[in-house]
Amino acid sequence: MLVHSRTGRWASWLVFAVLFVPLFAVPLLVIVAASFSTHWSGAFPSGPTAEHYAAAVRGESLQALTTSLVTAVAASLLALTLGTWAALAAAALRGRGRRLLDALFVLPLAVPSVVVGLAVLVAFSRPPLLLNGTRWIVIMAHTVLVTAFAHQSVSAAIRRLDPMYEQAAAGLGARPSYVLFRVKLPLLLPSLSAAAGLCLALSMGELSATMMLYPPDWTPLPVLVFTATDRGSLFTGSALAVVLMATTLLVLLAVSRIRTRASYR
Amino acid sequence: MTSGIRFDGVSVVYGETTVLDALTLTVEPGEVMALLGPSGSGKTTALRTVAGFVTPSAGRVHIGDRDVTDLPPYQRGIGMVVQQYALFPHLRVDENVAFGLKARKHPRAEIPGRVAEALEMTGMGAYARRHPRELSGGQQQRVAIARALAIRPDVLLLDEPLSALDAQLRSGMLAELARLHRELPDVSVLYVTHDQVEALTLADRIAVMDRARLRDCGTPQELYRRPRTEFTASFVGNANLLPVRVAAGGVDLGGTVLEVPVGDAAPGSAATLCVRPHLVGLGEGPNALRGRIAEVQWRGATHRLYVDVGGHRVKADVRELRDTPPLGSEVVLHFAPEDAVLLAAGVRDG
Repeated sequence: MLVHSRTGRWASWLVFAVLFVPLFAVPLLVIVAASFSTHWSGAFPSGPTAEHYAAAVRGESLQALTTSLVTAVAASLLALTLGTWAALAAAALRGRGRRLLDALFVLPLAVPSVVVGLAVLVAFSRPPLLLNGTRWIVIMAHTVLVTAFAHQSVSAAIRRLDPMYEQAAAGLGARPSYVLFRVKLPLLLPSLSAAAGLCLALSMGELSATMMLYPPDWTPLPVLVFTATDRGSLFTGSALAVVLMATTLLVLLAVSRIRTRASYR
Repeated sequence: MTSGIRFDGVSVVYGETTVLDALTLTVEPGEVMALLGPSGSGKTTALRTVAGFVTPSAGRVHIGDRDVTDLPPYQRGIGMVVQQYALFPHLRVDENVAFGLKARKHPRAEIPGRVAEALEMTGMGAYARRHPRELSGGQQQRVAIARALAIRPDVLLLDEPLSALDAQLRSGMLAELARLHRELPDVSVLYVTHDQVEALTLADRIAVMDRARLRDCGTPQELYRRPRTEFTASFVGNANLLPVRVAAGGVDLGGTVLEVPVGDAAPGSAATLCVRPHLVGLGEGPNALRGRIAEVQWRGATHRLYVDVGGHRVKADVRELRDTPPLGSEVVLHFAPEDAVLLAAGVRDG
């Protein structure tokens, strides 16, 4: 333990509370409170009601929630496949090629998502690849944005993977593809599912690139939250935000169950 | 079918460093060959050229009559066991053992029988449904051996298989390995170790390696009783090496003439006298050496005496003494003429 004395421990709890409560807890609690309110008088919202939630789980809002989920799952699966592939390829390369490939896949992390959105918009607004106005352009932008995270966490895991397993498998007569699917990927499963969780969470919350790209029939939930608050419907927006938050948490919980089972083996 | 291993001038060079220098060595079909040497001697590199994890810079490696130098590991048909076991942690024991058979597309119906047979052979039949992390080190090593044997390899490569085990388990596993080889007399075994006891116990022949080169090769008895180089004499059995000059009918050690067989060594030439510590006795006898006790170590059944004889330190392992001589006291050591081996000087580097 870093802090030994009783007073020291109390002091560090106090510092934690002072930093954590206003920074993380209060804003989220206010959103939750606002989502149950009809008006805001003084310091606290008032008038408890569930009608915002009733609206948030049907019609346009429900549509937006499924849109977000489908986009996140599709983008995450694509990102995980591409990121893992690239990380495996980079691990097999040496020196320059490896650094180049790694840098290429980390690039979207350095580029603001607004810029990624704009780039995708400009690139795919004309034939031959006319994707503007379709759902595919949204999924594509999300994939570009989250692949970097998938690649990062999978390549870190590959570096930690002891080469002796691969060699033991090859020594037993397993071809490289057999080694990949029966040894390497199963051993990487905990990292892969962690990467999947990260990708899903990022994609569920993505707004800036999405705003530039979404067609009318493919409106993800964050866009709806934004437009609701933008036109002054703070309480509706809050309810939508809580739904978004809860759904993301549920998805992450499901993914982490895969991870626990994988690492238990 | 049986097949041995043949190294044909195999060298491995990394940049400026030669880690294996022109190794030429044949492991006969069904033979257990130990590659014995200190760390960095190139023994593991030699084994890895057979497995296919290291590509020789020069020379060829043959398994049976097949030149495998350019084959990938999975086409070589070897069984291999490494120090850290390398059991697949996500697979059960039986799945680990079945891995090689499945990877080689062995007929599915035969796999359970072969797995059970391999596990039975290593005494791990009762643990088939466990995961590797639920087993002790010794049990994991048995599973690793079962996994290597399940594919019925012609060639078994063992890379320091016992060095992660404690001393007691190690001697038990040593006996197990000897029994396994009696049951599978056709399998050629290349056994890499730095432990001379393992090599002496298991091997039909021992190849002694040092600083990337093969220094000596022979049966354990040959190497132990008639070492050809100083390195072999000291690495295998930790012999006394005394610089002497060949005289008529014996050798001259700093003025003391000792009677030893000199063979065809020219009188007057420099040579090294090699005597095993356990063949040196305390008290008067033939070839008496007078000196002072420098150190005494109690080793249970024996005492090891370090005695300074004319500027040279002589080791003697004697049966446990009732009264150990005090440090600095004068003692007499002796050894029988036929227990000494004369090595030509300058063979230090093989």
